[in-house]
Amino acid sequence: MYRYDEFDAKFVNERTAQFRDQANRRLSGELTEEEFRPLRLMNGLYLQLHAYMLRVAIPYGTLSSKQMHQLAMIADKYDKGYGHFTTRQNIQYNWIKLEDTANILQDLADVEMHAIQTSGNCIRNVTTDQWAGAAADELADPRPVGELIRQWSSLHPEFSYLPRKFKIAITGAPHDRAAVKVHDIGMRLHKNDQGKVGWEIMVGGGQGRTPMIAVTVRNFLPENELIAYLEAIMRVYNLYGRRDNKYKARVKILVHELGADKFKAEVEGEYAKHPAQETQVEMRELARIAEYFKPPAFEKLSRFAPHFEDAKRSNADFARWARNNLAAHQKDGYTIVNISLKPEGGIPGDATGEQMRTMANLAAQFSFDELRVSHAQNIVLPHVKLEDVFGIWEALVKAELAAANYGLAGDIIACPGMDYCSLATARSIPIAQAISRKFADVSVQENYGPLKINISGCINACGHHHVGHIGILGLDKKGEEFFQITLGGSSTENASIGTILGPGFAAHEVPDAIETILQTYVKLRVPQEDFISAYRRLGPKPFKEALYAAA
Amino acid sequence: MPLLKNNAFVADQFVNLGDEEALPETGKIIVSFTRLAQEWDSLAKFTGVLGLRLSNTDKVESLAPYISQIALIVLSFPAFGDGRSYSLARALRLDGYRGELRAEGNVLPDQLQYMRQVGFDSFFVTDRFPLQTWQAAGHQMSLAYQRGLFRQAQETEVWSTRQQGFAPWEEQPHAG
Repeated sequence: MYRYDEFDAKFVNERTAQFRDQANRRLSGELTEEEFRPLRLMNGLYLQLHAYMLRVAIPYGTLSSKQMHQLAMIADKYDKGYGHFTTRQNIQYNWIKLEDTANILQDLADVEMHAIQTSGNCIRNVTTDQWAGAAADELADPRPVGELIRQWSSLHPEFSYLPRKFKIAITGAPHDRAAVKVHDIGMRLHKNDQGKVGWEIMVGGGQGRTPMIAVTVRNFLPENELIAYLEAIMRVYNLYGRRDNKYKARVKILVHELGADKFKAEVEGEYAKHPAQETQVEMRELARIAEYFKPPAFEKLSRFAPHFEDAKRSNADFARWARNNLAAHQKDGYTIVNISLKPEGGIPGDATGEQMRTMANLAAQFSFDELRVSHAQNIVLPHVKLEDVFGIWEALVKAELAAANYGLAGDIIACPGMDYCSLATARSIPIAQAISRKFADVSVQENYGPLKINISGCINACGHHHVGHIGILGLDKKGEEFFQITLGGSSTENASIGTILGPGFAAHEVPDAIETILQTYVKLRVPQEDFISAYRRLGPKPFKEALYAAA
Repeated sequence: MPLLKNNAFVADQFVNLGDEEALPETGKIIVSFTRLAQEWDSLAKFTGVLGLRLSNTDKVESLAPYISQIALIVLSFPAFGDGRSYSLARALRLDGYRGELRAEGNVLPDQLQYMRQVGFDSFFVTDRFPLQTWQAAGHQMSLAYQRGLFRQAQETEVWSTRQQGFAPWEEQPHAG
């Protein structure tokens, strides 16, 4: 894991002191709310429906147990005893007081964390594969580049007042778990014909009101040119991105309005003017960072783990959880443990301080002190010995963290919706809870197979409903909330935007509608065909007929 | 509205010349880009000091023929959230412009350091804040990760400082 050196520590401490001064000036009335607003937003502090919300950056979703303990402490001391893990691998606290915020930022700085640029029209926290450094299919760990981008984008003087927010996601594996094609910039590591490693750079993906898949501007960018090339993209966007309408201000609209070819030409033109002439410092910096991400001291283990196999045979609940919540690790005898933060009837992504401490302790004892936050709002223990898994599961059961629904119908992504958010037009958490109760029986979920259900409480799409296999969008019609269903979205390497099926449903009708869709799939699928593949083969027609025929 | 330069409020010696106003014999004048392009033949012979006001939609590269004779470029921030002039300033400095670069419009203390880092060196500021506020605002952070900034504010450039044997990527201080 990356550790701050004296420079990083000083940087975050100075930034905290600066915010303390700004908050004091606001509290004394020297700054108006209008002037304070952009300053607090640059430090992750939002004003929501009921209170301030603080969004803390978890760069590329990686945490140490010490950091997780501190997040738990903050939840207990300054919030109501819980925190909410988000789709951008961050954590949000929903009940924060302005006068506490500088102290919280100092508590974060003490464990090498911050809330810089988790909000505002700037480059946001860079996200990546939650299995980075562990996944069996990975080419290289993308996190050193993630850290390089974190540092480069921190308080970047040229790119702190962009037309709109800017999100970068990177992946080092062919199976894209970071949804890079629906980000402002998506980066994918791959090998060229000569066996050299470089980055495919994609620009202009996004969700919100106008969902779009990113276009490739460079197929193979050598790593040493990365920062200079990103600066060229950012400069083109900063100069030419629309500022007349905030709903048309994301880079995807610029790419769309200019056309992909013209946009590429602008970027290449800008890059040609100031190309990466001298990149030794960047390369040495990347090498310095990469030292921190060296694989931990794995033991040489057998692929076969007898105790693990015995435990599965003798305990059906454990066997089910192990079947759904583990993923293949690079090393024999190790596995990736995915802890679902989606208990039946729970709030997706929420964890109590006590649960955070449990997960931190498990990481310290069994996973080389590392945890990850996934964009699906779950927690990952990336490096676990198979022989330790049963003990971990028992501890998770006690902490009510053993939902066996990872990647299934109950593993729902949802935004905070009208329960917290001032932009929302409908509730999303209660819909997620109702669906999760409907499919409480995990064997039913297993029958439906891998499935991504995404719920957004407004058109801004923070619940990523456009890329859910089943997407649910909450809207408002004359004071009545209703829910539109889309099918066929995906955020992987085969990214696609979902199609709206037809008229919306009332809140109480949504779980039944989802069940109708899934039963239609079960009826029409061929053996081994998961939901998204079946939908791609069948198209929306049979699902439409099943849903609306009765009406 | 005070003009902030070198950490002090100073008198502005330049005069704005409207597009219809007659060209004076000499003195320090600021003209629009339109006028500069249209009347270059006469402006090239101007014996005073020439300043230029750019709009944040003007293209920096079209300045190339004129740049060596320009001593001041004024860029505006029509709203504090409109960040185009940060990129224009940085592009001008990367292209080698070494004259004075002035910010006007919505210039607030908490943006001053960013403006200095991209190459601004004078600022029309609101008179709501005392000079001490501006003096402190220019260097709230003592470090910057980015390289190739116009670092008159003397921030430590973290990446090159970490690496033994690499001097920071310093821009040359300007002549004006």
